[in-house]
Amino acid sequence: MNPVLWRRVGHYGFIAFCAAAFIFLLAPILVIVPLSFNAEPYFTFTEGMLRLDPEAYSLRWYRNVVEDEAWSRALVNSLVIGSAATLLATTLGTLAALGLASPAMPGRALITGILISPMVTPIIIVAVGMFFFYSSIGLGQSLTGLILAHAALGAPFVVITVTATLSGFDPTLLRAAASLGAGPLRRFFRVQLPLIAPGVFSGGLFAFATSFDEVVVVLFMGGLEQRTIPRQMWSGIREQISPSILAVAVFLIAFALVALFTVQWLRRRSTGR
Amino acid sequence: MRIKGPRATAVALTLPLLAFIGLSFVAPLGTLLSKSAYDPNVANILPRTLAALDGWSGGGLPAEAAFAAIAEELPKARQARTLVRVAGPVNRLKSGLRRVLARTARQVEKTEYAGSWRAALIGIDPAWQEPDTWLAIQAAGARFTLRHYLQALDLERRPDGDIGLRPEQSRIYVPLLWRTLLVSLGVTLLCLAIGYPIAHLIATSPPKRSNLLLLMVLVPFWTSLLVRTTAWIVLLQRQGVINSLLVSMGITPDGERLELIYNMTGTFTAMTHVLLPFMVLPLYSVMRSIPPTHMAAAASLGANPVQGFLRVYLPQTLPGIGAGGLLVFILAIGYYITPALVGGRSGQLISNMIAYHVQTSLNWGLAAALSSILLVAVIGLYLIYSRLIGIDRVRLS
Repeated sequence: MNPVLWRRVGHYGFIAFCAAAFIFLLAPILVIVPLSFNAEPYFTFTEGMLRLDPEAYSLRWYRNVVEDEAWSRALVNSLVIGSAATLLATTLGTLAALGLASPAMPGRALITGILISPMVTPIIIVAVGMFFFYSSIGLGQSLTGLILAHAALGAPFVVITVTATLSGFDPTLLRAAASLGAGPLRRFFRVQLPLIAPGVFSGGLFAFATSFDEVVVVLFMGGLEQRTIPRQMWSGIREQISPSILAVAVFLIAFALVALFTVQWLRRRSTGR
Repeated sequence: MRIKGPRATAVALTLPLLAFIGLSFVAPLGTLLSKSAYDPNVANILPRTLAALDGWSGGGLPAEAAFAAIAEELPKARQARTLVRVAGPVNRLKSGLRRVLARTARQVEKTEYAGSWRAALIGIDPAWQEPDTWLAIQAAGARFTLRHYLQALDLERRPDGDIGLRPEQSRIYVPLLWRTLLVSLGVTLLCLAIGYPIAHLIATSPPKRSNLLLLMVLVPFWTSLLVRTTAWIVLLQRQGVINSLLVSMGITPDGERLELIYNMTGTFTAMTHVLLPFMVLPLYSVMRSIPPTHMAAAASLGANPVQGFLRVYLPQTLPGIGAGGLLVFILAIGYYITPALVGGRSGQLISNMIAYHVQTSLNWGLAAALSSILLVAVIGLYLIYSRLIGIDRVRLS
């Protein structure tokens, strides 16, 4: 057969395959958003929805979620745990990244490995270990325990992003500031921090997103009082899956989009691209 | 600064996080690992019984002193509400003993001592005249034990002291470990098969389109895991979007809707979806650095596209395949949420078994032993990853 034809078939096959793969990647999100406006308690597109009949769409599931006290309590818990854990992870993580970026740092590979290990350890092992340990020191079923746990899970992301930003930081700026008489704290806060701020901020966002999406540790360590949004979704999926879950899912998708675009924007700012 | 030196400053900056990770993360892992081989509960609750059993090794019945000791210690444990901590481990070694211990603890209080605790206990429950009962108590009383590891590897200690495989029908954990490894391998290959072409497309598109396509990978990557799992339930369940579509198009009859979820298919689909970005992103960053002139050069030298791909392009992408593949595999073998929600009974992996033993069967020693095995596997892979790729080169966006 004609080689040009073959090449064309191969090319279109490749494009079709990629299109299918992208549909696979996006299908879940594309399906959830319209179905969350379904007027009926079904998980399929009703005939009315396909005809774009306004009667077939409604905000009832959103109303359900807003009026349900369990969800608002979960949101508060998620925000409290997420912000406290982020604050802790970002502060400690940024300091550690500054240390690791120093050329004088001994044993860098080993220490980086230890600091990043919470990110790759299977979450079930982390959750079970934390459940045993924190209950034995009296922090089981407490917000404090969950905050510490989530800070440990989020810190590696801060270390990685800040380290990456620091690799583009010019240390002579610090020397210049020192020659002008600035002390170490002033040098850090007035010169270095403003320049690495985008990296610190996206690290913090990663840490917050990690906590905001974390369910397994909460499942093992948290009690009824510490239910977060993912924990509430988990029981919703396990017990009886109602379209209210889809309304919450749309809220989480919106959160993910905002987080993603913020991180992209910060990265572009810090690399100047 | 000059007083301390840059080395001391660098160490001092990392110390707070190191200490924090040590306390909040490494200590919990240590607690977990210690539970896999160390359990002082029974030894603390029945110290005199175990002392009386010291030196006895299953020949005939133990001495009267052992009967007397346990007749005293069981009711004491019942009053202190610690009897469950004895009954659980003992019952796991010989089933039925939970009831025997509870009944004995209850009745021995009402029993008048009549010269022989041995006769009294056997009168309460004939299980006390079986050496096996005492062997189970003795074994559960060991502070350090490897029996959880033996069980986690489907091994058992035979009566003659040899270690051998359990009978075939009671081997659970090794097949589950194999299943976990095979599913992880399958998911990794699937991610590679889907991820390689799209990473190539993203890397070779003009910048504007490339950014847009990359965004289409990043949006699911950032979306909550639970949201994506929910979405797959909505799509795949019997009354879900895909089945309804197939029925309305007349491809499948209404009575024969496909079972796409709550089984291995569900686990595979959802896991591949969740892990695909972890494959695409490292592949993309490697492919972006390959100059397009290489393929053109291969073609001008007479290679057809297949040869050019196999001998020029593919070898240069191997680092990306290694990085993405290892990352996906590491994440897959520890997977918990998705199999728990969409795996049904047949799609469960080793993580789900660990959760079961912590929450339901309360066999914490076994859960800890299974966790240690999983952890060792992950650490091994992680070391390979850091040796091959470098930990500090992990990219997030």
